[in-house]
Amino acid sequence: MVDFGGWSMPVQYTGILDEHRAVRTDLGVFDISHMGQFFASGPGARAWLNLLLTNNVERLDVGECQYTFLLTEQGGVIDDLIVYRIEESRYMLVVNAAKIEEDFAWMQGHLGPDVEFVNESDSVAGIAVQGPKSAQLFDAFFDGRFSRPARNEILTVTIDEATYYIARTGYTGEDGFEVFCPSDRAVKSWQDILSRGEQFGIKPCGLGARDTLRLEVCYPLNGSDLSSDTTPLEAGLSIFVDLQKPEFIGRAKLTEQREQGVKRRLVPFKMTGKSPPPRSHYPVYKNGVQITESTSGTLSPSLNIGIGMAYIPTEFARIGEEIEIEIRGKRFPAVIEKKPLLRTNGGSA
Amino acid sequence: MNVPEDLFYAKSHEWIRPDGETGTVGITDHAQNELTDVVYVELPEIGAQVKAGQQVCVVESVKAASDIYTPVSGTITEVNAALTSDPALINTAPFGEGWIFRIQVKAREEIDALLTPAQYGQEIGG
Repeated sequence: MVDFGGWSMPVQYTGILDEHRAVRTDLGVFDISHMGQFFASGPGARAWLNLLLTNNVERLDVGECQYTFLLTEQGGVIDDLIVYRIEESRYMLVVNAAKIEEDFAWMQGHLGPDVEFVNESDSVAGIAVQGPKSAQLFDAFFDGRFSRPARNEILTVTIDEATYYIARTGYTGEDGFEVFCPSDRAVKSWQDILSRGEQFGIKPCGLGARDTLRLEVCYPLNGSDLSSDTTPLEAGLSIFVDLQKPEFIGRAKLTEQREQGVKRRLVPFKMTGKSPPPRSHYPVYKNGVQITESTSGTLSPSLNIGIGMAYIPTEFARIGEEIEIEIRGKRFPAVIEKKPLLRTNGGSA
Repeated sequence: MNVPEDLFYAKSHEWIRPDGETGTVGITDHAQNELTDVVYVELPEIGAQVKAGQQVCVVESVKAASDIYTPVSGTITEVNAALTSDPALINTAPFGEGWIFRIQVKAREEIDALLTPAQYGQEIGG
């Protein structure tokens, strides 16, 4: 068990490799109760969120969601999150555990008119079911009572008088669902999912597999790959930034950066020979000169080779460019690759 | 957790099996369990002269890199090359095929000063 944003959480249940494989081939289930949930409602909610978030909230119909960013005035990433439109004038935001307080304080500090904004992180639990057999589990679980939400959609259902939100989202690159429910229903839901999932080979998965799975499909981790010193454009995530919107916090800086071009880009790399697995904060070299350091790294269980990500100066941030990663004083060859490092069937950011 | 009776233990979770002038060293079942799946082992150099408590090699799991310390002083005489192609031997047989190196022991007293199986068992809360 490790401390993760104030939560005591398992790195693994049966083993990172075993859990990773379960998600890629069958099914895995993750406790994501550490993540934060905010609710914004009222006639002013949509316009207000659109001023704080980079993506265009106006594009969301009821029951849809989008990946988006909360930025500083300088365009740096405070957090990356998903905003779900759960009712006509009611939105749920799912944010990173370590950022709950900072995000909430920031948003409260910029609160707009006619918005009720609450932090329900303590009373809402989350469970993610991920893997190619997720849809089969959904059907077996609900036996036709509800129809599956499509990718990036969210369903609101009442089960035993409690409200459950079931979204077709995730952080593994596989098909899957993220379920949010009152925290007093979490244990029962977890046990029900595990027992119904048994026939599909479901395995409980910890933080270790969550990290290897997301890195193979190049989903960024806030605090490692994203920070207030990096912008979504540098991170290669501009499709989640709508610069056509007349205003949002950070827009001016991002517009300037777009015009001038980014000086560095977050790119994935793969080790080209046998080497120790790369990790975050390892020096990265080009032509014998250190150009940056890695932001993430691991051994890819699917590809069986070291993989990672780093902000590389734009002149070298090209697919196929050869770089070197320094590991304990020794340099090992690597190559810049295309995103994602692993192609999956259910990918969405 | 398995703590074999015929070994001596270091607080840093290595074990040594003395055999005449030399000893075989590995990491404990408890350590491999904490490390999670081992995916890479950086073996020590044969011939290296090392002091008790010195970091001599690195074992990497999916999650993290961990330093391995020699429990006694001496000269490294042999390393387990099988770990290069099959690092998971450390997980599956930490006290057997997953051994890491052999060392010519400089001072037998250093072995006697290590933890007994009972003491180590207490150390890991078992």
